[in-house]
Amino acid sequence: MSSRTVISGPYAHEKASVRRSMTLVMLALAPATAFSFYLFAWPAIFLFLLIAAAVLAFEAASLAIAGKPVRIFLTDGSALLTGWLLAMSLPPSAPWWIGLAGAAIAIIVGKQIFGGLGQNIFNPAMVARVALLISFPLEMTSYVEPTPLFSNLAPHFGDSLAAFFGLGGHVDAVSGASILGHIKTELGRGASLSEALAGQSGLGALGLGQVTGSLGETSAALLALGGIFLIAMRVISWRIPVAMLATLAAMASLFNFLGPDHYPNAAIHLLSGASILGAFFIATDPVTSPVSPRGQLLFGMGCGALVFIIRTWAGYPEGMAFAILLMNAATPLIDRYVRPRIFGHGAKKSGAASK
Amino acid sequence: MSNPYAQISRDGLWSNNIVFAQVLALCPTLAVTGTATNGLGMGLATTAVLVMTGLLISLLRNVITPQVRIPAFIIVIAMVVTLVEMALNAWVHELYKVLGLFIPLIVTNCAILGRAEAYASKENGARAAFDGLMMGIGFTLALVVLGAVREILGSGTLFANASLLLGPAFKHLELVIIPDYRGFLLMILPPGGFLVLGFLMAAKRIIERRRGRSGAIEAGCSPAAHGA
Repeated sequence: MSSRTVISGPYAHEKASVRRSMTLVMLALAPATAFSFYLFAWPAIFLFLLIAAAVLAFEAASLAIAGKPVRIFLTDGSALLTGWLLAMSLPPSAPWWIGLAGAAIAIIVGKQIFGGLGQNIFNPAMVARVALLISFPLEMTSYVEPTPLFSNLAPHFGDSLAAFFGLGGHVDAVSGASILGHIKTELGRGASLSEALAGQSGLGALGLGQVTGSLGETSAALLALGGIFLIAMRVISWRIPVAMLATLAAMASLFNFLGPDHYPNAAIHLLSGASILGAFFIATDPVTSPVSPRGQLLFGMGCGALVFIIRTWAGYPEGMAFAILLMNAATPLIDRYVRPRIFGHGAKKSGAASK
Repeated sequence: MSNPYAQISRDGLWSNNIVFAQVLALCPTLAVTGTATNGLGMGLATTAVLVMTGLLISLLRNVITPQVRIPAFIIVIAMVVTLVEMALNAWVHELYKVLGLFIPLIVTNCAILGRAEAYASKENGARAAFDGLMMGIGFTLALVVLGAVREILGSGTLFANASLLLGPAFKHLELVIIPDYRGFLLMILPPGGFLVLGFLMAAKRIIERRRGRSGAIEAGCSPAAHGA
């Protein structure tokens, strides 16, 4: 017996931490968020700030009630990121109580009830979005057209603040439907796709984001840039976003080929709605997505297929949140059946890697 | 416990509550508690069934052989439920229209068979009927609380349509808690039932922990959730 201290593993440390990952994700979201702030001006900024403050307050309160260290968990950024994603998924003109209710649902019901960070089955931000969408369909589908900051269209600071808190301030805004909602309505009226798309923003505007929609449904290009940054920094793997967008594009192309007058093409599907935001930032949540590479591919394909199915045949024009929640529910099953081959076990020729 | 009736009351109302401790009868619990009034109606109907089946099964306990006890219990329960259903249809027809579908399903409410099996078939008639009464009141209270929370959060009212159940004299029970409320639809829908039930069960555990008698609860009868 040696008297020297035995140093146990791990001997090599990765500098990855929850806080670092969260910070990088927020950094990747920042350009698209800033652009959305510019587009939708003060109402969007108030909504974002309110949600950010509310998620931190609810997180701190939940942690205190559960007897967990508040400071450590509060400063890891996970609650703030949840709030950020929630704000990105709401209409920019939503009133204050939508933001507050969403923050409460996301943090308390979506996350802390399950035991906090790493324990939740469903993505908290999407839980909140779906709960709000089902409960308050009117407020959650009332979109305004962009009114860029510093432009003549932009609502004034004071007016926006008063309107946000329902104190009677008046904000001039042109309401409009998001492009997916518009297509759904027009097709439902029996119009053909080309008629529905007439007068709508072109693909360029969709890509850059000068369109009506939630904060995170606008700038596909900036969001994709952020997503690629995350993949480059190895915060997320390429598998889920690529599998998801490829499946969505493939299904959209197939149906567009079969019925060009009824099914929008792949470009519209990819650039509109929350496709990019969902694929890069929400579906890749490490807590609620599978861990194995093949599982991630399967998860991404499932999300992409469900998004297309819900957008095309279900009652809601946008199905990203529903698709991700449904696949979140399937994640434990995927993780159980799709396991990587243990090194040294299960010869390749038998093909039974997942036993 | 010195007094068995005190123990029965405590079990039925709190420590062995059908909904919050036994986690039985989840189907009616979640299905009808969109409003407090519906919860009250369902609770009272179930209480009536519990009392009568408790008494009948206790009286028949020496006649029913163990081998056929389950079908025999179910026949007794089904008979009582049919009587209750006819009574509701005759006297509180408006409420019957709301609860209609769920009244025949009281037969399959596992809490009733559970009480028959676990208590009434082993005790004398008075105790069995009293147990049914207390279990039923506990169930009713649970449903009313659950319904009240969901109704206030979901539609901003409390005891809406209570006069249909209890008669015009109870019109003043119908309150509008939050005027001009937009309605939080999720709370009325099934997910709201599960969420509120979960929070109420957590609240019950917190209260018990504060009182420092949670150990006694763990030892009590708590079959796994297999609500019909």
